[in-house]
Amino acid sequence: MDSDILIIGGGFGGCGAAYESRYWGRNLNIVIVEKANIERSGAVAQGLSAINCYMGMQWGENQPDDFVRYARGDLMGLVREDLIFDIARHVDATVHKFEEWGLPILKDPKTGRYMREGKWQIMIHGESYKPIIAEAARKSASKVYNRIMVTHLLMDELHSNRVAGAVGFDMRDGTFYVFRAKAVIVGAGGASHIYRPRSVGEGMGRTWYAPWSSASAYGLLIPTGAKMIQMENKIVLARFKDGYGPVGAWFLLLKAYATNAYGEKYEASWLDQIKSLVGKYADTQPMPTCLRNHAMLEEMKAGKGPIYMQTQESLDTMEKEETGWEDFLDMTISQAVVWASQNIDPKERPSELITSEPYVMGSHATCSGAWVSGPEDLAPEDYQWGYNRMTTVEGLFGAGDTVGGSAHKFSSGSFTEGRLAGKSAVKYVKDLQGDAPQVDEAQIKKLKELIFRPLENYKVGRNEIVAGTVAPSYISPLQGLQRLEKLMDEYAGGYSTFYVTNEPLLNRGLELLDMLKEDIEHLGAENLHQLQRAWELHHRILTAEAVTRHTLFRQETRWPGYYYRADHPKLDDAEWHVFTASEYDAKTGDWRMSKLPVHHIIK
Amino acid sequence: MPTYTDMTRCDGCGECVDICPSDIMHIDPVNRRSYNIEPNFCWECYACVKACPQQAIDVRGYADFVPLGHKVRVLRKEKKGLVFWKVTFRDGRVKEFTFPIRTTPWGSIKSPSAYEAPDPSELSSPMLAHEPAALKVETLPTLPPSN
Ligand SMILES: Cc1cc2nc3c(=O)[nH]c(=O)nc-3n(C[C@H](O)[C@H](O)[C@H](O)COP(=O)(O)OP(=O)(O)OC[C@H]3O[C@@H](n4cnc5c(N)ncnc54)[C@H](O)[C@@H]3O)c2cc1C
Ligand code: SF4
Ligand code: SF4
Repeated sequence: MDSDILIIGGGFGGCGAAYESRYWGRNLNIVIVEKANIERSGAVAQGLSAINCYMGMQWGENQPDDFVRYARGDLMGLVREDLIFDIARHVDATVHKFEEWGLPILKDPKTGRYMREGKWQIMIHGESYKPIIAEAARKSASKVYNRIMVTHLLMDELHSNRVAGAVGFDMRDGTFYVFRAKAVIVGAGGASHIYRPRSVGEGMGRTWYAPWSSASAYGLLIPTGAKMIQMENKIVLARFKDGYGPVGAWFLLLKAYATNAYGEKYEASWLDQIKSLVGKYADTQPMPTCLRNHAMLEEMKAGKGPIYMQTQESLDTMEKEETGWEDFLDMTISQAVVWASQNIDPKERPSELITSEPYVMGSHATCSGAWVSGPEDLAPEDYQWGYNRMTTVEGLFGAGDTVGGSAHKFSSGSFTEGRLAGKSAVKYVKDLQGDAPQVDEAQIKKLKELIFRPLENYKVGRNEIVAGTVAPSYISPLQGLQRLEKLMDEYAGGYSTFYVTNEPLLNRGLELLDMLKEDIEHLGAENLHQLQRAWELHHRILTAEAVTRHTLFRQETRWPGYYYRADHPKLDDAEWHVFTASEYDAKTGDWRMSKLPVHHIIK
Repeated sequence: MPTYTDMTRCDGCGECVDICPSDIMHIDPVNRRSYNIEPNFCWECYACVKACPQQAIDVRGYADFVPLGHKVRVLRKEKKGLVFWKVTFRDGRVKEFTFPIRTTPWGSIKSPSAYEAPDPSELSSPMLAHEPAALKVETLPTLPPSN
């Protein structure tokens, strides 16, 4: 399959990339390849109840520089201000398009403006958010390939640092696909199930980020040698317990509040202790998300749990009750299931809150991902080596969870970043003037063998045993995943250690990860569905290794509440007011770690 | 088992198979009806439930923390632009909700190529499609570059 622009992942970033690249590249061949069905794929498959990134410049509500200050404050100083400003200045146009397309956005009857949940969020009736966005993307792409799991990116035969396309397989009939492309935009989403989830057994899929967010955004990029940043900046979320219902609308719009088991508002009592850890950042308004987590964790450790969201006083009108329930029915239906099953009516009783297992992502209140070139008119010189949103690999672009350093973009910002990447990719393709990358047939042949090996492993190994899941020569993708989750949880700061780790733990974790990497050469896949799980696991393991190495490299506790380096318990601005970066060499397996400067372009 | 299929309602049409983002709704070759092949990778996203023309799929919450006896049912009326929810508690209480899902007809979104082609020189500007009009402010905010 040949294309000009190949978009991997038709989520919010990918759909934005398709729309914008078609606008500028009328005659280009633009292809989306997606492992699910773009109609309901990605983190927004079930819908959302809010758009979390909207300035409201038309009403003078916020300006892009206000947003940069907010995101920088929340991430304790370390963000790519050029990338964030760039999203913020375009995001309103994206949201206005969504409304024009038919997304119902709630309006304040008094002012006629969009109803605000908080300073940056607006309320939507978002059950069909994804199908609406998918319709726009389908109208833009030359072709959408659904149900194809992309496993690897292809590199150019002549220029080792240039992308040439991707390969994958059709999950329905096992066809091997080679997508050659002049430019590739990766929007393959962030990572759940890197760490052991709190739910067990049948419930293990109940994570906050979708179980199909399988780290492909990083797992595809890392082997190309693309520079990754902030992989240690994993996020832990405070959510309604077990259902993972989001808390934003409850805190911000409905004015519910959190207390300990004894009804005491506890946050302020931890302020002095927080100051001793992070100094001036403790005074940031609003309090950074990680520090709010920290206060909750300390309260639980002090034996004052459960922590409760006091919802009872917030639902005094029918309208508010509907808002409260819609918040879940639109975006975390399981939470409504939990309430119904446990007879919790939020009008009558408070609900438990708890912290989640860590996630790796670049679009939420956190910013792991690829180091990308910034916008020409905003980026400092050393943040700029080519086209906007191009990674350190030529022709390889990113959007949404893929891109590091630009936190707080959420759905609207990820779509906007997709648009930015889409426009740049068109420019890149036009500038190439037909100089298409070349793909080496030997490279393709090798990848084809590699991709289907788990099916072969199973076929051969299965003959050695009578029945069941225990075999001496292969492990299943689920068994591999459970090993990964256990070791990340215990060695790299998961919930079971209260997110605490240190150098010896991380080094031991790396040793065990190495063995897991050797063992996944022996994955056995019974069918094509398990083959998909096998490659998701590969992507997750590479991502987990990046997380572990970055956490080891950053010798400070930058974000208490997300994770703690017990051997470096405090924030250390003198040494670590920098981005951490890594480059992986797929040939040798070596990781090169470095520091990159943080430039403040906004006062 | 997060989702399960009602044997008597399902006619094996495959809509749920087509839509599940987790690729876990499959057609059982013996019964020729769908079932969830990997409940521990179900997100309870309800994409399959909403897509099933026979209302044959239901969710029984995750066994590790959800007591029996509840129901959260959904009916998505795409043409009407509405979604209906019925929440039944373990103790029998019921709550019902209706929300709008779309304000324009399905299929009505304009392709970007339906708009006048932009001036090729604009490809080097920081402007995106439909800007500045779509921003609803006169100019795109910018900053002097700094090092
Ligand atoms: C529960 C929850 C609540 C949220 N709440 C809000 C909110 O209220 N407001 C808000 O604005 N944002 C919210 N977000 C965040 C928002 O959903 C994300 O920021 C956004 O979806 C990220 O976009 P993305 O394109 O990077 O990833 P996604 O939208 O997840 O898209 C990734 C796509 O890549 C595909 N893919 C993955 N791997 C491969 C592969 N190997 N081959 C082919 N395709 C692949 C996936 O199937 C998917 O379609 C929420 C997210 C969750 C999960
Ligand atoms: S609820 Fe979602 S994840 Fe579960 S089977 Fe249905 S579509 Fe798949
Ligand atoms: S969509 Fe409904 S009727 Fe069709 S196969 Fe699935 S469960 Fe059966």
